[in-house]
Amino acid sequence: MHSIVTTGILNKMIKNDKILLGHGSGGKLSHDLISSLFVKYFNNDYLDKQTDAAILDLPANQVSFTTDSFVVDPIFFPGGDIGKLAVCGTVNDLAVSGATPLFLSAGFIIEEGFPIVDLETIVCSMATEAKKAGVVIVTGDTKVVNRGKCDKIFINTAGIGKIREQHLHIGEGNLIRPGDKIIINGSIGDHGMAVLAARKELNIQSDIQSDCASLNGLIQNVLAASDGIKFMRDATRGGLATVLAELADKKNFGIIVEESQLLVRPKVRAFCELLGFEPLHVANEGKVVIIADPGSAAKIIHAMNDHEFGKDSRVIGEIVSGYPGKAFINTGIGGRRILDMLAGEQLPRIC
Amino acid sequence: MKFIDEYRDKDLVLKVSEEIRKISSKPITLMEVCGGHTMSIQRFGLPSLLPETIRLLSGPGCPVCVSSRRFLDQAIAYSRLPDVIITTYGDLIRVPGSSSTLDLEKARGADIRIVYSVMDSLEIARKNPDKKTVFLGIGFETTSPASAAAVIGAHREKISNFHLFSSHKIMPPAMAALIDEGVKINGYIAPGHVSTITGTSISQDIAKKYHLGCVIAGFEPVDLMESILMLVRQYEDNRPGVEIQYRRAVRPEGNVKAREMLDEVFELRDDWWRGLGVLHASGMGIHKKYSSFDAEKMLTVEVEPTREDKGCICGEVLKGLKNPKECKLFAKTCTPQNPAGPCMVSNEGACHAFYRYNRNS
Repeated sequence: MHSIVTTGILNKMIKNDKILLGHGSGGKLSHDLISSLFVKYFNNDYLDKQTDAAILDLPANQVSFTTDSFVVDPIFFPGGDIGKLAVCGTVNDLAVSGATPLFLSAGFIIEEGFPIVDLETIVCSMATEAKKAGVVIVTGDTKVVNRGKCDKIFINTAGIGKIREQHLHIGEGNLIRPGDKIIINGSIGDHGMAVLAARKELNIQSDIQSDCASLNGLIQNVLAASDGIKFMRDATRGGLATVLAELADKKNFGIIVEESQLLVRPKVRAFCELLGFEPLHVANEGKVVIIADPGSAAKIIHAMNDHEFGKDSRVIGEIVSGYPGKAFINTGIGGRRILDMLAGEQLPRIC
Repeated sequence: MKFIDEYRDKDLVLKVSEEIRKISSKPITLMEVCGGHTMSIQRFGLPSLLPETIRLLSGPGCPVCVSSRRFLDQAIAYSRLPDVIITTYGDLIRVPGSSSTLDLEKARGADIRIVYSVMDSLEIARKNPDKKTVFLGIGFETTSPASAAAVIGAHREKISNFHLFSSHKIMPPAMAALIDEGVKINGYIAPGHVSTITGTSISQDIAKKYHLGCVIAGFEPVDLMESILMLVRQYEDNRPGVEIQYRRAVRPEGNVKAREMLDEVFELRDDWWRGLGVLHASGMGIHKKYSSFDAEKMLTVEVEPTREDKGCICGEVLKGLKNPKECKLFAKTCTPQNPAGPCMVSNEGACHAFYRYNRNS
């Protein structure tokens, strides 16, 4: 693997310090930026060729394809940044549909005047996360807009993964039956509250870390350990409650969740209490909800526990034949209430 | 979490639930005045722990819900003025006005900022001396002392570009008006946070005049269940009176200093309440002495004629005459995403709480 970058160009650019409109023009400045930053960090044969489109070898007949845009504010937060998020988000969308993520694209919309050092940090963290997740960023695009026409930087990533025949049902969940167990790989609400706490206007000191992580490794382990997986979904915007309420909607089964089984970190809980938020509605970026055959649940949890992102995995509820179309929660104090989708926007620009 | 877990103790809640079942022999209707109580009751699923003899009604204690549509229309008109920054609690942002919302105005370019405290608004005024900052003051005795403190602070620091648009209200006239209007209840789950300021006096007046039990309640499940138990006991023994359940926060004499600030900044005026109409001396206008901080005095706007949604029964819901589910619009054309009335917008609104936690049970 060789790179066409000379560190000289990057150093010169960093001296200039800011992204200029010319960096998105397609001319010399664009070329320098691509060579010295994107090609350097993403570092793969596809990019080195600098062709308009990457040519991919796809090893499967069925591929999974997804896209997501990232506008998180602030762009750096405890536990991650917009770059890491842009990789994890798309990797996770592929992984929870049962696919093995392979290739990503990355499109950047950057505000004129954005510091090049910050862009380098973001690109570097995308490269690190992509490597960790085992995916290759094979194509990309950069546009620069006038100051004030976008807020710092927005990133779009699209991803392609291969999927095996026996996992095609996972995205839709049409094999779910009453008695199936609902599993999650740990605490809820960390990402949303970490991002919110990082916003300066709240003036809150907190060390809540985002759970932002690529889950494909964990999910591979689970799929290898058991064929009892009926459904998976990452609990991002709208939180765990929204995933479950959406899943039950218009189905002939219901869902019961045990609040006592949910893990909410004390600082997340305290912050939620302070602001009147429901942790069940707060975004996660490293949590997968798995619906599994009851006989496989123990084996699945065991496999999850072996992975760094699955240490706190647990069964939090089950699919029931009663309450068709609805999700309910048995509250920690012994009451029962409906679990609904998040109405409206709880936190804008959380991812 | 300390100070919370103790009040969410399952065994304790179930024990109180059992006790209520044991002693409640005749039907009793209780009204929780405060929107925070409504939210807690639904969030923790407390109705599922109560016997059939007990009926809970949501009252008029959600500030967003009782505020007039004209207040919102006027706030929207302020937001359209050049060089005005509107600062508001997040609750108001999506409440429908006659033809717009603050949300919509923000999208159209108005400078509207959500704050968590009126003091943030004061800070925004300090940092933007060339603009006028208007704070939309809603709420009862719980939030009005902070607004009063902001006005006093602006006066002291000569922050002349800070303006309060007050829709602040006081609770007792509404609690009395409900009974006068013939709403049949057997006791009030009285507002906990309002009472930290007012003390027990507001409940004393109601209890005496209407022979009704008033228990000043906290906001956690154990608080609410215990308060219900206390009210049931009073009712069964036919000895209605005032009791404080929320002892860790409420003192009989209330917060004297906060009340002094209220008296300093505000004067009572007649005010309009959704569902109840105009109630005598129920609103808090800004005292003449501070009129230079009064948005209504300092900013001139033309306000569009008020238009109410047909079919919305928020007024009756606020009076406890109807359950949100009895509304034709509920969960059909009126949802939190697309609210027809204020009770569906506010987190503390009865319609919102029912939609979120109790829609189908």
